[in-house]
Amino acid sequence: MADDKTQSAKTMDVRYVANLARLNLTDGEVEQFQSQLDNIVGHFNQLRALDVDGVEPMAHATLIQNVFREDQVRPGLNRDEVLKNAPEHSTDLIMVPTIVE
Amino acid sequence: MLNTLTIHEILGKLERHECRSEEVVRSVLDAIRREDPRLHGYLTVDEADALARAREADAARDKGGKGKLLGIPLAVKDVLNVKGQPCTCGSKILKGYVAPYDATAIARLRAEGAVFLGRTNMDEFAMGSSTENSAYGITRNPWKSDCVPGGSSGGSAAVVAADEAIAALGSDTGGSVRQPASFCGCVGLKPTYGWISRYGLTAYASSLDQIGPLTKDVRDAALLLQIMAGLDPSDSSTVPVPVPDYSAALKPDLKGMVLGLPREYFVGGLHPDVERRVEEAIAVCRKLGAETVEVSLPHTRDAIATYYIIAPAEASANLSRFDGVRYGFRAAGAEDPIDLYKKTRAEGFGPEVKRRIILGTYVLSSGYYDAFYLRAQKVRTLIRRDFESAFQKCNAILSPVAPTPAYRIGEKSADPMQMYLGDIFTVPVNLAGICGMSVPCGFSSDNLPIGLQVVGPALGEEAILRVGFAYEQATDWRRHRPRGES
Repeated sequence: MADDKTQSAKTMDVRYVANLARLNLTDGEVEQFQSQLDNIVGHFNQLRALDVDGVEPMAHATLIQNVFREDQVRPGLNRDEVLKNAPEHSTDLIMVPTIVE
Repeated sequence: MLNTLTIHEILGKLERHECRSEEVVRSVLDAIRREDPRLHGYLTVDEADALARAREADAARDKGGKGKLLGIPLAVKDVLNVKGQPCTCGSKILKGYVAPYDATAIARLRAEGAVFLGRTNMDEFAMGSSTENSAYGITRNPWKSDCVPGGSSGGSAAVVAADEAIAALGSDTGGSVRQPASFCGCVGLKPTYGWISRYGLTAYASSLDQIGPLTKDVRDAALLLQIMAGLDPSDSSTVPVPVPDYSAALKPDLKGMVLGLPREYFVGGLHPDVERRVEEAIAVCRKLGAETVEVSLPHTRDAIATYYIIAPAEASANLSRFDGVRYGFRAAGAEDPIDLYKKTRAEGFGPEVKRRIILGTYVLSSGYYDAFYLRAQKVRTLIRRDFESAFQKCNAILSPVAPTPAYRIGEKSADPMQMYLGDIFTVPVNLAGICGMSVPCGFSSDNLPIGLQVVGPALGEEAILRVGFAYEQATDWRRHRPRGES
């Protein structure tokens, strides 16, 4: 790899990143993911060898730019059908654990 | 055996009153009962509904109904919403979810009379290349039961190859239609980004995802593309260009066509049988009148790293919607909303999805964004430019779809990086936003199918369909069928 120092100095803080992603991990998962993810991120370092000065980042591959339309009311999904997919609901509300005491 | 026919062959029979849609559906359902206990290509099949819809189609035809797919049964990857059917994306987190609406692609096929008979297995949220990452069990390759069907649209490819479907839909973010088509010996088309609406396709990586057909021949791929393609107000990335008549592009020769052979694709690491079959296919294209020219795609070796930064980054954002609140699975015993999210996601997602969410969150996080995500976006520009200069010299590019034929179940599942490297020829096409198709081009020494990839520029579907069709007509690979060994 082009930059061994950067590569070896940084291993991912897997538990910290998982918390950012709102994901609980078991100790076994942390251990397994640590080596797998460090290996994958190690491969990413090959991109450091490329000269990308002055290259525009490509955020998407669309052939068009902005798309505008009239702000018209359209029918939404049927409420009863939507509630059928909710894990917990009352007559017309989706239930969640208490947010504010 | 009606289930072994193509869409266009069945339409001919229906029009000539040589068969009824109900017989077609029954023949497919029989094949599913016979083959699917072994292959497990389907997650669910709604027999009663499929038969009822087939009878409706027969009645409509009797009254002069003219839908372009009237009474044709299709299988659908479990990532596309079909109103009233489950849509689990191969994940436990969407267990029990029933789609309350049709994806645009589905609505367009339905308007032409298609019958949606079942949901096909896939890698969870389309993350994988072998269909081993499904929460609902593996799918087996119809040609060899101890091999994977490819992925992530492995269920769709397997059921088409095993004649458990007339044709199927998949989605392709980094090769997920083309690679399983190659592994199972069917045709798999990934259209240009923005050509088929993504409305109702559960998002994996939004800047790369495209819906695509898996079919028994190129004519069927053209037929399904014809119906699904084009502008949709519900997906603002769709292109406002009229859809050409793709059947007119299906010509028997390649006179006047220039085909590019990327120098970087035919070096080291290729399975010798793949190399041989693709070289033979190139020779057939020359005989059909095509001229070939060497082209260079110098950033090919950087495409895997670029893809596995960009796709997980987008996935980490897209999959934040699965939090146990509005739909699907919810973990028990949560004390507050944050606890609910963390527990639900921990219990609801499988390991590959967790890995990619963590990876994506990492490359977008403070301190790493510039080094990884922003740099990958710039390399993506370089990859697109490679193709733009190549297409100055040719109408389409020929390459392998994957470096190897189908591998054994479990062979690569322990090492994610090994699995990722198999995507080397397919991910550049998604990154550039252009179109590609896998067409069967023969078999390995142990009788596993191999696919030829035909890649075209943005909205170059006519060119790749023409190449695929002429090649297919000059060979008879499409007539080979798995023998049903076990």
